[in-house]
Amino acid sequence: MKNMIAVFKKQIKDTLRNKTILIQFLMFPAMTLIMSHTVRLPDMPENFFVNLFASMYIGMAPLTSMSAVISEEKEKNTLRVLIMSNVKPYEYLLGVGSYVWLACMVGSMVICAAGHYHGKTGLLFMGIMAVGILISLLVGAVIGIWSKTEMMATSITVPVMMVFSFLPMLSLFNDRIAKIGGFVYSEQISRMLRGINSFELTAERAGVMGVNILIAALAFTAVFRKRGLS
Amino acid sequence: MNACITASRLTVRFSGNPVLDHISFEVPEGMIFGLLGPSGAGKTTLIKVLTGQLCQDEGKACLFGKDTRSLTAREHKKIGAMLDNYGLYQRLSVYENLAFYADIYRISRRVIPDILKSIGLYESRKTPVSKLSKGMTSRLSLARALMNNGKLLFLDEPTSGLDPVTTKEIHDVLLAQKRKGTTIFLTTHNMFEAESICDHVILLHRGNIIEQGRPADICGKYDRQNKLRITLTDGTELTLDNNSTSAAAVGEYLEQNRIRAIHSSEPTLETAFIELTGKELE
Repeated sequence: MKNMIAVFKKQIKDTLRNKTILIQFLMFPAMTLIMSHTVRLPDMPENFFVNLFASMYIGMAPLTSMSAVISEEKEKNTLRVLIMSNVKPYEYLLGVGSYVWLACMVGSMVICAAGHYHGKTGLLFMGIMAVGILISLLVGAVIGIWSKTEMMATSITVPVMMVFSFLPMLSLFNDRIAKIGGFVYSEQISRMLRGINSFELTAERAGVMGVNILIAALAFTAVFRKRGLS
Repeated sequence: MNACITASRLTVRFSGNPVLDHISFEVPEGMIFGLLGPSGAGKTTLIKVLTGQLCQDEGKACLFGKDTRSLTAREHKKIGAMLDNYGLYQRLSVYENLAFYADIYRISRRVIPDILKSIGLYESRKTPVSKLSKGMTSRLSLARALMNNGKLLFLDEPTSGLDPVTTKEIHDVLLAQKRKGTTIFLTTHNMFEAESICDHVILLHRGNIIEQGRPADICGKYDRQNKLRITLTDGTELTLDNNSTSAAAVGEYLEQNRIRAIHSSEPTLETAFIELTGKELE
């Protein structure tokens, strides 16, 4: 636990000086605030930008930051020194993961505030975001652990992130993409957020989310073992 | 003396090719033990195996009597390491790097100023590591390796690419640690470093130990020429047998005050290595 907290605290200091990561956490909350207050189009659904950017935030920020942090530590040899200093791989991943999760939750709170969600709806919004961030975080960790260098991690992260973050937006404009997107967690989250005022967790939706979580968890476990971290 | 490290028929293969090939050795406590070899000889791989970061394909390695494949927190607490590319957080300051490791090692942060003063980095404590020179980064990495007062230090090329002054400072720190009873296991391809600070060296070539012993003994063993090289004041260079038959000639030159320099031709570790392998160390 102490090692995890030490890694968590180190990550806060490091991220504050790492513009590449910092921008991931701030970009969509800032865009949400700006767009939701400045753009008004006729027939635009309520909280259109809030829900759209929230699902894009889930597909992008945790995934890219988690893979970038882990792959950088691998490439710069800092992870090797940490493991030699008796920090267990799971302690390190929990330290970094909890930091990324919390930072994204803070960003989600800003988006939540921009949508004027409060009370039960606010809690539901944050709950949906928490689950989505967790899945993306696992996917980012898989890429980070798998990649030997930062360059390799970036080349894998970018297309994966594009699929997960842009799928909700593309699904709005194309029915075929929406059908396929229905199997992906970021699109499911987008649908949940769009209907948050009459939220209902159907069996189909729970099933899709469950399978997505399971796949991410299995991939994480497999890569964790494959890289000899268990 | 108890053995701090033991390796028995240690073999590591990458894609079927042996990087370490059935090597065996022991490192007694309190010794500076040098692993000397050219790039690609298997030095870093050996450190990885000994520190439990890599599992061998055959053989056994033990640290403090414990198999390196199952090292626990107890053994890790006794180890300090300075790796080839330092492994420091570039965006964090000198102080923040050590403070992070103080938390990891469960030691008080109050020791950090003294550590920084001892390695001459106190004035740079707020400087990000990315802004440090190579010598300063190297000293910081060494400070981190020393801060948990480990009984065993692993140093991978600790002075590679450093200027002579920083190299000397690091050697002084290592010799001081040895006096405190710390065992030091270092890899180097710098034969001068091995000769000047190591008590015992292993010459590693293509994953095999080709020679081992005290540096002076190895040099003596390969002293095939046994010659004296004399440079006279007029620039003439003479090579004489290093035995009693040359005594009269040397005495005469001395009496005439004609000797500018006199050297024995005993080999260095590098010449011993070249004789053994036909290759240079770099």
